[in-house]
Amino acid sequence: MSSAMMKRISIAILIAIAVIFPLVVDNQYISRLMTLSFIYIIAIYGMNLLAGFTGYLSLAHAGFFAVGAYALGIFTTRYEMHFWLAFILAILFTTVVGAIIGLIALRTREHFFAIYTLIVGYLIYLIIDKWDEMTGGVRGLIGIPYPSAIGPLEFNNELTMYYLNLFFFLLATLVMARIVHSLTGRTFIAIRNSEELAQTLGINTQTNKITSFVISIVFAGTAGALYAAYVRFLGPDIANLPMVFDFLMYLIVGGIGTIAGPIVGTMLITFLTQSLQGLQEYRMLIFGPILTLLVIFYPNGIVGAISMFKMKFQNKRQEKAQNLQNQDKNEVKEG
Amino acid sequence: MAFVETKGLTKQFGGLTAVNNVDFTIERGQITAIIGPNGAGKSTFFNLISGFYPPTSGKVIFDGQDITNVPPHKIAKLGIARTFQTTHLFETSTVLDNVIVGHRLRTKSRLFDAIFRTPREKREEREAREKAMEVLDFVGLTDLADRQVALISQEAKKRTAFALALATDPRIVFLDEPAAGINPEETDGLAELMRKMVDHGITVCTIEHKMQMIMNLADKIMVLNQGEKIAEGTPDEIKNDPVVIEAYLGGEAVAEIE
Repeated sequence: MSSAMMKRISIAILIAIAVIFPLVVDNQYISRLMTLSFIYIIAIYGMNLLAGFTGYLSLAHAGFFAVGAYALGIFTTRYEMHFWLAFILAILFTTVVGAIIGLIALRTREHFFAIYTLIVGYLIYLIIDKWDEMTGGVRGLIGIPYPSAIGPLEFNNELTMYYLNLFFFLLATLVMARIVHSLTGRTFIAIRNSEELAQTLGINTQTNKITSFVISIVFAGTAGALYAAYVRFLGPDIANLPMVFDFLMYLIVGGIGTIAGPIVGTMLITFLTQSLQGLQEYRMLIFGPILTLLVIFYPNGIVGAISMFKMKFQNKRQEKAQNLQNQDKNEVKEG
Repeated sequence: MAFVETKGLTKQFGGLTAVNNVDFTIERGQITAIIGPNGAGKSTFFNLISGFYPPTSGKVIFDGQDITNVPPHKIAKLGIARTFQTTHLFETSTVLDNVIVGHRLRTKSRLFDAIFRTPREKREEREAREKAMEVLDFVGLTDLADRQVALISQEAKKRTAFALALATDPRIVFLDEPAAGINPEETDGLAELMRKMVDHGITVCTIEHKMQMIMNLADKIMVLNQGEKIAEGTPDEIKNDPVVIEAYLGGEAVAEIE
């Protein structure tokens, strides 16, 4: 069986598991964690496209996540818009805000870019926290409605929300995989490797960086809007720094610059955190060292490490095959 | 008409003049070499031609077109390719994957094509892959196409960088010290490859420190010293030029050439 075939089958199996999961595991709490993970992963895909595939680490993405969430919340509660109209407008709004910030932020590079976006993220948090009349400030924003029904599909309980978010998660995964494997994705990767080299290969780095930034904002904004519709209560903390560092931790543990990385990292840490709940703050004593070791020895996370082992294995096999071929040739010559 | 021409090309960094009033021509279908001691302004000269730095004054003309202030990605599209002293390859990816993106500038697929996997995207992906295989074959790396870059030799990395430059369908390539850090036998191989490029209609301009290689290879040599052109001519002329011998080569280096 070819490896592409194997991959397809295992993806199909994983999707099947995700689909029957809430029906088999009759535990609302766990399926709630799953749903939240799906939402977070979409936002982390955005961060990953920019940081992992284009080489620009944005720390404003919890901020953009919050902009998407609050936009949906405000559009549906204060302006009483139809849910799906508000959903689309929320994503558009986040994208426009993000694009403007991106145009400025992308004039910087490397750690300056990270620092700049960190500040932007914090500013977004402050705005949400202080703009009482609009956002509800520290009291939060309540009364966000469930998504309106689409035809016969109604979204008004844990199970249906699980499937709605699973749908968006799978859609986001498909879109992300297609982008990364396309010529556009290769262009982003070339920029990550070396902007100088990319330019000499005829790549307009500025345009491509902005494209990547905007796509990553669309992901963050969509995740935010889904979060608002699912949790239906928003507090300013979702824009705050611990949130973005959580995202970053999921990304690094899973594997920055890999497609499966955000999924593995988010699921693993979410469930690990739950099982270590009893330790409360002390669980960082466990996470801290693990994270440090991971960054030192496997900078590309769990998924990166696995593909590295695979690559080594393949290389060895190729070398062997080539040696055999050479031997054959020599034997023929001698014979 | 000269293929590439610089007129009074000058670049100053603050008080330092890295390239000073250089008039130079590169003829189509030749191998032109630029030599000079470290810090003579050779790489800066390349950066000026490929659009990385705007010159302080002077002009760069490519095939009759003024490209003095054209950004690098547009210069690449006109058919000017270059390599760097360090190869900038992506080490954990395969040789083939590194080279495919080289053809990106000849494709038109955009984000929309990527997300919906349009026929154009599929066709252009195939074209880019075929182009990559073609240039890998040209530089003699077909066998290593699926090998990880981190695991191939220094010489193979240089060849990969050549392949990447060739994948852009260039009319001229600028090579920045291609033979640095490889052994004499491999150097001969690269010289052979440069001749092969010229045979296939690609003009070559190279910066090189290895005198013996250059004297046998180049049709024309320019000598830079402290940002100024001090000599220009055929290898024989350069070898016997008293200014070059005094300013740059010195007694020892002459012995090396002979």
